[in-house]
Amino acid sequence: MDKRLGAADAVAQISDGMTVGIGGWGPRRKPMALVREILRSDLKDLTIVSYGGADVGMLCASGKVKKVIFAFVSLDFIPLEPYFRQARQNGAIEVMEIDEGMMLLGLRAAAWGVPFIPTEVGLGTDVLTHNPAIKVIDSPYDDKEWVAMPALNLDVALIHTDRADARGVCQIEGPDHYLDDWFARAAQTTIVSCEEVVSSDYFHDPARARQVYWERSATSAVVEIPGGAHPSSCNPQYGFDVAHFKAYGATAKDGGFAAYCEQFLGADEAQYQERVGGLEAIRNIALPTY
Amino acid sequence: MTAATEYTLAELCIVASAEAFRDDGEKLATGIGVIPRLAASLAMKTFNPALMMTDSEAFMLSEPNPIGARDEGFVQANESWMGFSRIFDNVWSGKRHAMLGPTQIDRFGQTNTSALGGSYQQPKVMMLGARGFPGNSISHRNSFFVPSHNTRVFMDGECDYVSSIGYNPARLPRGHSLDDVDIHRVITDLCVMDFGGPDHQLRILSLHPGVSAEQVQENTAYELCIPADIPTTPAPSVEQLQIIAGLDPHNQRAYQIKDNPPGNRSPEVV
Repeated sequence: MDKRLGAADAVAQISDGMTVGIGGWGPRRKPMALVREILRSDLKDLTIVSYGGADVGMLCASGKVKKVIFAFVSLDFIPLEPYFRQARQNGAIEVMEIDEGMMLLGLRAAAWGVPFIPTEVGLGTDVLTHNPAIKVIDSPYDDKEWVAMPALNLDVALIHTDRADARGVCQIEGPDHYLDDWFARAAQTTIVSCEEVVSSDYFHDPARARQVYWERSATSAVVEIPGGAHPSSCNPQYGFDVAHFKAYGATAKDGGFAAYCEQFLGADEAQYQERVGGLEAIRNIALPTY
Repeated sequence: MTAATEYTLAELCIVASAEAFRDDGEKLATGIGVIPRLAASLAMKTFNPALMMTDSEAFMLSEPNPIGARDEGFVQANESWMGFSRIFDNVWSGKRHAMLGPTQIDRFGQTNTSALGGSYQQPKVMMLGARGFPGNSISHRNSFFVPSHNTRVFMDGECDYVSSIGYNPARLPRGHSLDDVDIHRVITDLCVMDFGGPDHQLRILSLHPGVSAEQVQENTAYELCIPADIPTTPAPSVEQLQIIAGLDPHNQRAYQIKDNPPGNRSPEVV
């Protein structure tokens, strides 16, 4: 069993109009090389589900997005993602704005094959006012009303991990796997990019096996792209690229996303990495201290 | 405990905000931003050692981390893993007290972190999004820190976008009571408040030294509950200032309130 693919072939599994979930959190461990592959493609009308960072900003800026399902889109140290902000302020995208935990419940519902999960989260807020598709229901067990958080069924999930074997056993070595396991389980097709493809015996060490958060049956494709989370972080391999994010943000004020792509995107990942200083430079980016 | 005679407004706000965590017992204290984080850390290191805290990433700590770059040999006091997915288990259990800084706080205690002006489809200013505010507000105790008390934050009418549930009868979910909502303290650069006035009206609890109730009302677009005798927010103690300095070795607290003014703004000390 060999699930290894090249980035372009993996992304070719995505079609116009699909719902694509993206793992990671804000500026952390985003499958940015796969996102860049979408930027290079003709894909359009995507619905994106994400704890958003530059993944959402770039896809919006490139006109690939019809709708964003989000709780936040932020680069953390730059609190407001510049291109997501622009897309919203131009009225260019549809949105489903929900609570961070509601997104988790929606992914869980999709993973478990149930139409919704009841929660009190969202009650009394504009999450309900602006999302008439999210229903409030009676409980068979008490007299309260409950939000029926609908399943967020994903056609495709994109995730970046530290290592994977060819069969799709994926290791997240960093301190947090975020909600990546739920993205993997909520999707029909899960494409994982990784820093390194390893042989299966790598996982014989129980400490490493403990860092595998979903079964290989939930992984459809493995793409080896060292440095593939750049400019987001891949703790403990490298931190996020503050200078690059600042340059990216500056283009939102001057030049636009076309200027960013012209300067950095390149025809493939090798060219991109060359333009941002090379893999060694990415690997040398210090981890942030909070 | 010796009251300090010289302290900054930021330090006064840290100590006043720490008080919000005094009676929490064994809860996860989440302070977002420098002053709320230092407040929660100070509370944990002094009068409420039962508090729990994270490293703002994926571990729970038995001892708060100092803010910013730390010495080479520093080892943080991990006590458990606490990744983002596990945070929701804690949030929904109610054993948490978050202190955050929303952009708008209306007279109902509803807050806005998402968007300002325009229409929902096309807001004039897009901000963070609802984030975890809907879940926080209905699941556990929350407090707010506002570094600049003005009528843009404490605004007229209802929030442009309601991120968190407050004491608004019109939005009360069926089967719930307004008393289920627990907005504990609102600390600003002028005063400490709660929603303990009649019908959950925002009420002044203490005024920072040199600040008048009139000044607070002038900077609030809706009517405040102003009790007859309002105490002055207590000055930090010398011991508290030492602990704060240890928790914030790079003095990030000096950049949190415009011009880093002194804590006592009474005319007699000018």
